[in-house]
Amino acid sequence: MSGSHSEDETDMRASSAKLRLAADTTDEIDLVIQDVSMRFNTREGTVTAVDGVSFEIKRGEFVSIIGPSGCGKSTVFNILGGLVGGYDGSVVVGGERISGPHASIGMVFQEESTFPWRTVIDNVAFPLEVKGVPKTERYAVARKFIDMVGLTGFEQRYPSELSGGMRQRVAIARTLVFEPKILLMDEPFAALDEQTRVLLGDKVLKIQQDLRQTTLLITHNITEAVQLSDRVLIMTFRPGKVKRIVDIHLPRPRQGDVVGSDAFGRYVAEIWNDLREEASRGMAEAEDSARLRGA
Amino acid sequence: MGAVRIPPIAFGLGCVALCFCAVEAMLAIGVLNQFVIPFPSAVLGAFGRLFAEEQLLHRLLVTGAEALAASLLVIGFSIGGGILLHKHRILRLATESWIAAAAAAPIVLAYPLFLVIFGRSSATIVAMGFVAGLAPALLKTLEGFQAVRKTLLNVGHSYNLSSGQLFWKIQFPAAIPTIFTGIRLGLIFTLINLIGVEFLINFGGLGQLINDLAERYDLPGVFATIIFVILVSVVLFSALEWIERWLRPSR
Repeated sequence: MSGSHSEDETDMRASSAKLRLAADTTDEIDLVIQDVSMRFNTREGTVTAVDGVSFEIKRGEFVSIIGPSGCGKSTVFNILGGLVGGYDGSVVVGGERISGPHASIGMVFQEESTFPWRTVIDNVAFPLEVKGVPKTERYAVARKFIDMVGLTGFEQRYPSELSGGMRQRVAIARTLVFEPKILLMDEPFAALDEQTRVLLGDKVLKIQQDLRQTTLLITHNITEAVQLSDRVLIMTFRPGKVKRIVDIHLPRPRQGDVVGSDAFGRYVAEIWNDLREEASRGMAEAEDSARLRGA
Repeated sequence: MGAVRIPPIAFGLGCVALCFCAVEAMLAIGVLNQFVIPFPSAVLGAFGRLFAEEQLLHRLLVTGAEALAASLLVIGFSIGGGILLHKHRILRLATESWIAAAAAAPIVLAYPLFLVIFGRSSATIVAMGFVAGLAPALLKTLEGFQAVRKTLLNVGHSYNLSSGQLFWKIQFPAAIPTIFTGIRLGLIFTLINLIGVEFLINFGGLGQLINDLAERYDLPGVFATIIFVILVSVVLFSALEWIERWLRPSR
């Protein structure tokens, strides 16, 4: 028993060292996800949300994860952000294996996440405030990022006085203000209408290109994924695995009008071909569950 | 903003004046019995006498001091207790339904017990006010902390906040609107019970004055004092709203 335990530890150390070495030798790589699996215990038994997910993201790269509902996209987001533990595998940021929230990772959430009791500038300056940065200094930095997301003039407004798209831009500025090496976004445009979604996508793309920000976007929107990404990871329905990685060779800098090009349409069709099968599986499983509940 | 608020206030005051006139007219023509309901004009006229002869201001200060003491106890214990119950699930599960039952119970009927413990003194009145206001304030405080959105907490976790920072920077401000609803509710119970107990044990400030005036069959004085209590409540709750806006500027 103890021998096996010791062997496990040796294996883990070796694998960890290998990962660190891989990250050190290829200093372009910001994020390595190695064989990550996560299981949840439910009343129906153990559910494997994600199973053996592995991928890397290079510095300044924009990667999207796309998959049907229930494929574990948000679980991957929570694991990378350090919000959940108890998973197998490893997450390595800049050569360091992480097991909780990390200063190099900034997160933008799907749900409304601005603080309603704070003005725009106080929302954006929040991460600096908790780090103890003096008020004048943090306001100066916050103004720079408020300008970057196009909200100059709204500094003293409260979130309740802004539209959904503007509130999401406040959340993005708040995440960027502490200059994370890696930006994680979990369906940040999901609650927005289509026009706002496309325009906000342009804005995010411009910021990402200006800052050369390493970005991982979780989405279920194929158009959004192709418009913004260098690579798109397609996940299978439960248990979530990486089914395929599609490289997007559309010219940069990209604008919103790229969605009208033939190449764009081909990428969307290609991804949808892979995704349709998984989405159909998800739908069939949901129908079976409903039928069983009814019986 | 001021111009927007004036018409509703003017309309409200107009309605009150209209009711006064209607009651005055019905008393004058004998539709209402003037030995049960005094003339509104006599009620308004009684205010001067109450200030000059019945030390209305002094009595207000006595009740105010008791109310302040009971309110501070309610606020302190409800927030402290709410945090405790929020943080300790087992404690919450064990006590929540009991507290809910206490909030619905007519606690004022327990005043003889408090008289035995504290005697016929301000301590009894403060204790009764505190006990009556605690349960609703505590329940709403707990509800406020329980209802903080997970996403806001995740934002805090993503910035690696300490548990103290998470509480003071996110949980507490997010819970303030519900906490204040509880405090307002608690203070209503506190004030009602406080004046009720003053009336019942004939001790203290405004409640005792109402009792004295009723025993002297001074109906205009009784109604004037009741109106005065209502006005004090309005001022108190406006002040609470102002404090809430100051603590949490936008909802």
